[in-house]
Amino acid sequence: MSATSTLGSIREDFLALEVPDRLQLLLEFSDSLPDVPEGAVPEDHWERVEECQSPVFISVVRESDDIVVRATAPAEAPTTRGFASILVHGLRGLTAQEILDVPPDFPLSLGLQNAVSMLRLRGMSGMLWRIKRHVEELVA
Amino acid sequence: MPVPTDPSQELAEYSHPDRLVSVPWLAANLSTPGLVVVESNEDILLYDTGHIPGAIKIDWHTELNDPVVRDYVDGDGFAALMSAKGISRDDTVVIYGDKSNWWASYALWVFTLFGHPDVRLLNGGRDAWIASGGELTREVPDLSPSNYPVIARNDGDIRAFKEDVLGHLGKPLIDVRSPEEYSGERTHMPAYPEEGALRGGHIPTARSIPWARAAREDGTFKSASELRELYVDQQGFDPEAEVITYCRIGERSSHTWFVMKYLLGFDSVKNYDGSWTEWGSAVRVPIQTGTEPGEAP
Repeated sequence: MSATSTLGSIREDFLALEVPDRLQLLLEFSDSLPDVPEGAVPEDHWERVEECQSPVFISVVRESDDIVVRATAPAEAPTTRGFASILVHGLRGLTAQEILDVPPDFPLSLGLQNAVSMLRLRGMSGMLWRIKRHVEELVA
Repeated sequence: MPVPTDPSQELAEYSHPDRLVSVPWLAANLSTPGLVVVESNEDILLYDTGHIPGAIKIDWHTELNDPVVRDYVDGDGFAALMSAKGISRDDTVVIYGDKSNWWASYALWVFTLFGHPDVRLLNGGRDAWIASGGELTREVPDLSPSNYPVIARNDGDIRAFKEDVLGHLGKPLIDVRSPEEYSGERTHMPAYPEEGALRGGHIPTARSIPWARAAREDGTFKSASELRELYVDQQGFDPEAEVITYCRIGERSSHTWFVMKYLLGFDSVKNYDGSWTEWGSAVRVPIQTGTEPGEAP
């Protein structure tokens, strides 16, 4: 399976489930947001995702030829953690261009509108938009 | 048969101590027949990461709101929700949640629109339960559907609409948002997304009393005498006067509504759930900016 299809298979996984089970899958993503080892990202490299109600931070860096996306979000904000985790897992291994090509409305394609509400999905769109902006700066 | 109330001394000084339970009381009563524990949070998945054993989840957005119109579910919808959750009309419902019970207060307010006879808050909410070392589980209880009656929603006693607020100007009105939202610098909470209203400021004559002034650091409510000093002595609100509270969408003001109605015993307190997201986008309603309440037009 090519790296570009990871986001696509995440979407298929969500859409294959009944609405309540989609929340459980989101919880599994929330539980599996990778910890960022202390010091791996300098303090001033974290960017706050203002579109999220909880304190969520992202970091996008180039490590050799790879774009590496990291995110942190508190345990008290599992929905936001879940969104961050989908993007961290789904964007892993993608080239800069592949990340820029991810449709901006990807968060709306997961079938979560009725499960978590539109209001809460805005945070995930904000995260994706900010990640792309960083990628554009890295390749400029 | 209602579950006995929490006799703790810490609650006794409030006007309606039967509307509140303490963490130790809940811990001791979890398996009392007729007691249902409900968790209601801002984050829809927080319950799923671990909750009080036996507690059921009710989500403010996807379950208490109508999916199309900006309004709450109607009598049929509430009866269907309660029945699906296995809650009976004569059950004692104890609600708790995150953020000092913002959303728990909001859920309690909606239960009150339907006149559920016995609905209480857990003082301090989720954080107080965790801080006390209370157990959390991911095990979701098996629900056996109940037969909750269809009760018409009563918007008259505790809910205010925009027209009610326009007719109320000059009487006690409390804006419980942050000082920045009150003055008009922003239309949302600090650190929250900039969204929701086209204009900033507050409803003329509204006093600014941010909701959190009614809570302690640990999320529990301040004592009756501290609350009385804040709302009655400092602001001069008369417990017999009609009061309306508002915030951005009505959740933080549910917290203040609870304080004034049940902890201080004000006779008539209404929550304007349209709040700033309606008022700040409505055409030709009066708006006051800055830190002064302003005059009624």
